[in-house]
Amino acid sequence: MAHGPAKGIGRWLFTTNHKDIGTMYLWFSFAMFLMGGFFAMVIRAELFQPGMQIVKPEFFNQMTTMHGLVMVFGAIMPAFVGLANWMIPLQIGAPDMALPRMNNLSFWILPFAFTLLTATFFMEGGAPNFGWTFYAPLSTTYAPPTVNYFIFGVHLMGASSIMGSINIIATVLNMRAPGMTLMKMPMFVWTWLITAFLLIAVMPVLAGAVTMMLMDINFGTSFFNAAGGGDPVLFQHVFWFFGHPEVYIIILPAFGVISHIIPTFSRKPLFGYSSMVYATASIAFLSFIVWAHHMFLVGMPIGGELYFMYATMLIAVPTAAKVFNWISTMFRGSLTFETPMLYAVAFVILFTIGGFTGIMLAIAPADVQYHDTYFVVAHFHYVMVAGAIFSSTAAVYYWLPKWTGKMYNETMGKVQFWISFIGFNITFFPQHFIGLAGMPRRYSDYALQFSDWNMISSIGAFTYGAAQLLFLFNVVRTIRSGTPVSEPKTWEGAEGLEWTLPTPVPYHTFSTPPTIK
Amino acid sequence: MSTEGSYYVPESSKLPVFAATGLGLIALGAGSWVQGQSPWVFLAGALVLAFTLYAWFALVIKENIAGMNSDQLKRSYVWGMGWFIFSEAMFFAVFFGSLYYIRALVLPWLGGEATENELLWAGFEPTWPLMVTPDQAANGDAAQFLGPEQNMSFPGWDKILHWLPLWNTIILLSSSVTVHIAHTGIKNNDRKKFNLWLGITVFLGIIFLILQAEEYIEAYNHMGLTLSSGIYGTTFFMLTGFHGAHVTFGTIMLFVQWVRGLKGHFNDKDQFGFEAASWYWHFVDVVWVGLFLFVYILA
Repeated sequence: MAHGPAKGIGRWLFTTNHKDIGTMYLWFSFAMFLMGGFFAMVIRAELFQPGMQIVKPEFFNQMTTMHGLVMVFGAIMPAFVGLANWMIPLQIGAPDMALPRMNNLSFWILPFAFTLLTATFFMEGGAPNFGWTFYAPLSTTYAPPTVNYFIFGVHLMGASSIMGSINIIATVLNMRAPGMTLMKMPMFVWTWLITAFLLIAVMPVLAGAVTMMLMDINFGTSFFNAAGGGDPVLFQHVFWFFGHPEVYIIILPAFGVISHIIPTFSRKPLFGYSSMVYATASIAFLSFIVWAHHMFLVGMPIGGELYFMYATMLIAVPTAAKVFNWISTMFRGSLTFETPMLYAVAFVILFTIGGFTGIMLAIAPADVQYHDTYFVVAHFHYVMVAGAIFSSTAAVYYWLPKWTGKMYNETMGKVQFWISFIGFNITFFPQHFIGLAGMPRRYSDYALQFSDWNMISSIGAFTYGAAQLLFLFNVVRTIRSGTPVSEPKTWEGAEGLEWTLPTPVPYHTFSTPPTIK
Repeated sequence: MSTEGSYYVPESSKLPVFAATGLGLIALGAGSWVQGQSPWVFLAGALVLAFTLYAWFALVIKENIAGMNSDQLKRSYVWGMGWFIFSEAMFFAVFFGSLYYIRALVLPWLGGEATENELLWAGFEPTWPLMVTPDQAANGDAAQFLGPEQNMSFPGWDKILHWLPLWNTIILLSSSVTVHIAHTGIKNNDRKKFNLWLGITVFLGIIFLILQAEEYIEAYNHMGLTLSSGIYGTTFFMLTGFHGAHVTFGTIMLFVQWVRGLKGHFNDKDQFGFEAASWYWHFVDVVWVGLFLFVYILA
C-alpha cells in the first residue's frame, strides 16, 4: 500500500482510503448545504413581505420540510462524518478506518438517498410537505404519495449512518496506537465515539417510526390512528426518542472540534479534559430521557410534564461545564484570532445563547407561549447554524492546510467570518422577538405587525448565504493556488498526532502505528 | 499488501458502490411498488445487492483463508457484529415500547380514563387483546377498523397442546441449545459434531418458520385477525413479522455457515463467521422470549 491514489473517477468510486472518503463526505455535505441553503433563501424571500409573492403555500411547505431534512441529514451529519473519516485515523495513529470497504459503502448510499428525496419535487403531489419532523397524521393520512420515497430514503440514510457509526466505534476501540489509552484520546475522537454510540442507538428508532408510517399508509395498520386503537401522539414519542439524541449527534462532534481549536489558538492545553469527557457522556445519557420536552402541548399528564421539564434542565449542567472549560482554556492564554479561532469564539458565545433559549423552552408553563413559534426557530438555528455549521466551517479552515499542504487566504477567511457572523445574527436574533410576539413557524404568510423584523431577518439571511459562496471560493482557491505550506504544524500551538505527520498528509499514514508515551 | 503485524487495508474495491446501487434501486423500487406499480425495479435492486453481498462475503472468506486477517482485524469484525446486533435490538425496542405505550396509556385514555370519551369514541372499553376497536364501538359495522374475531392469547390449559406459540418457543429455545452444542463441537475440532448439530439448528429454524406461516394462515383465514384489525392485529403482526424476518435471515446465515463447515472452513481457532451467525441466532431467540411474554402470554 505504498502507492498513491488511483487515477480518474475510479479513485473516488472504488476507494477504500479514509482521506478520499472523508473528502467525498465533505464535498457532498457542502453540495447539500448549498441546496438546503437555496431552500432557505426561497423561504426568506417569500417572508420578506407579508402576503404571497413568490411561491404558493403548498410549495412553501415543501421548502420548509426539505430545508430541514436536507440540512440535518444531508449537510450537517455528513460534514462531521467527513471530518471523522479524515481525522480519527490521523488522531489515533491508525492506518485507516477499521472496515474500509464498508466505509465507502456508507458514503455511496447517501447520493442515492438524496437523489431519491430530491426527485420527489418532480413527481406527482410534489415533495414531502409535512415538516422535517413529519408528524402523523400529516405524514400519513394527509401526505402526498411521494411520502413512500421519503420513507425509503430515510431508511437508506439510516443504513448509511449505522454502518458509518459501527466503523467509527470499531476504529476507536480497536485501532488506537499502542499507549493511547481512552483517557489520552483527543476530544474530537471522544465526542465521535459517543456520537457513534448515539447513532447506533437511535437510527433504528427512526427506521421503526418510518416503518410504522409505511404500514399505516399502505397496509391498513393503525399505529397512529385512534380509530383502530393507536395514537398519533405515539408517533411524536417515537420520533423524539430518535430526535432528541439526534440533536446531540449533531452537536457533540462540534464540541470536539472546538475543543481542539481553542487550545491551539490559546496556546494552552484544554482546561478540564477529563471533565469534558464526563460531560460529553452525561449529555449523551441525558439525551435519552428528555425527549418529550418537544411535546409539552400534546396533553401529557402533569407528572410527565414536570419530569421532562426538570430532566431537560439537568442538561444545562454538563453543557455549562463545557462552556466554562472553553473559557478557562482561553483565560490568560496567548490568544491569536485566526479564522478558525474567530469561528470557535463565536461558537462559544452563540451556542451559549442557543443553550439559554433552550432552558427557556424547557420550562413547561412558559413553553405554552413559545411552542411552535419563531422563538423555537431562532433557538435551534443558534445551535444548528452557529453551533454545528460554524464549527464544521472552523474545522475546515483549521485542517485544510494539513489536508492540502496549502494555506487559505487569511484576510478572505476573516472577512468571510465577519459577514457570516453578522448575517447570522441579523437573520436569527430578530426571530426571537417575533416568536415571543406570537408569530407561528412554518407559515407562508404572517400578520402585518411582524413585517419589519421579517424583512430584516430576510436581509440577514441573504447576507449569510452570500458569505457561504465566499467560503466555497476561498476553499477552491486554496486547493488550486493557495500558498504552499510544509511545516508539520500549521499552527504553532497545535498538539496531537495529526500534526506530527508531514504536510500535506501522505495518501497513506501510520502504516506502522506510533507509540504514545 | 499485508505484512506481519500490520493492519490489512484492502485495495480499492468495486463492491461498495455496487452494493449502494443495489440499495438505491431497492429504495426506489419499494417506493413505487407499494404505490401499486410493478416490483421489477425492487427485484432488480435486490438481485444486485444479493450478488454483491455474495461476492463480498466470498472475498472476505478468501482473504481470511489466505491469512491476511490479523487478530486486530478480526477484533474489528467482532465489534462490527456486536454493534450491528445492538442496532437490531434498538429496532425491536421501538415496537416493544410502542406496544407498552398503547397498552398502558393509549387504550385507557381512549376508554375515557382521563377525560370523557362520549363525544369521540362512545361506548369504547379498553381491553387487551383489543377485540373491539374504538371506531367499531362508536360506529358499529360502518367502522373502518374492525377488531379481530379471535386472538392469539393463551387458550387455556385444555387446549395448550394445540397452541402453536408454545411449540415455537420450545423449538426456538432448543435451537439455541443445539447451536451452542455445535459451537462446543468446533471448539474441540470435532467437525462431525459441528456439522450435525448446526444442521439440526437450521432444521429447527425452518420448522419454526413453517409453524409461523401456519399461524398466519390460520389468523387470516379463520380468526379474522389481519394487519388491519385494529391495534392488536397491528402490533401482533408487526412484532412477530419482523421477528420472523429475522429468523429467516438467521436461518440463511446459519445455513451458509453449515455449508462452509462442510467445506472445512472452520477449526478450533478460527470460526468467527459461524460465531457471528450464532450470536445473531441467540439474539432472535431472546427477542422471541420477549414476544412470547408480552405478545402471547401477558394478554
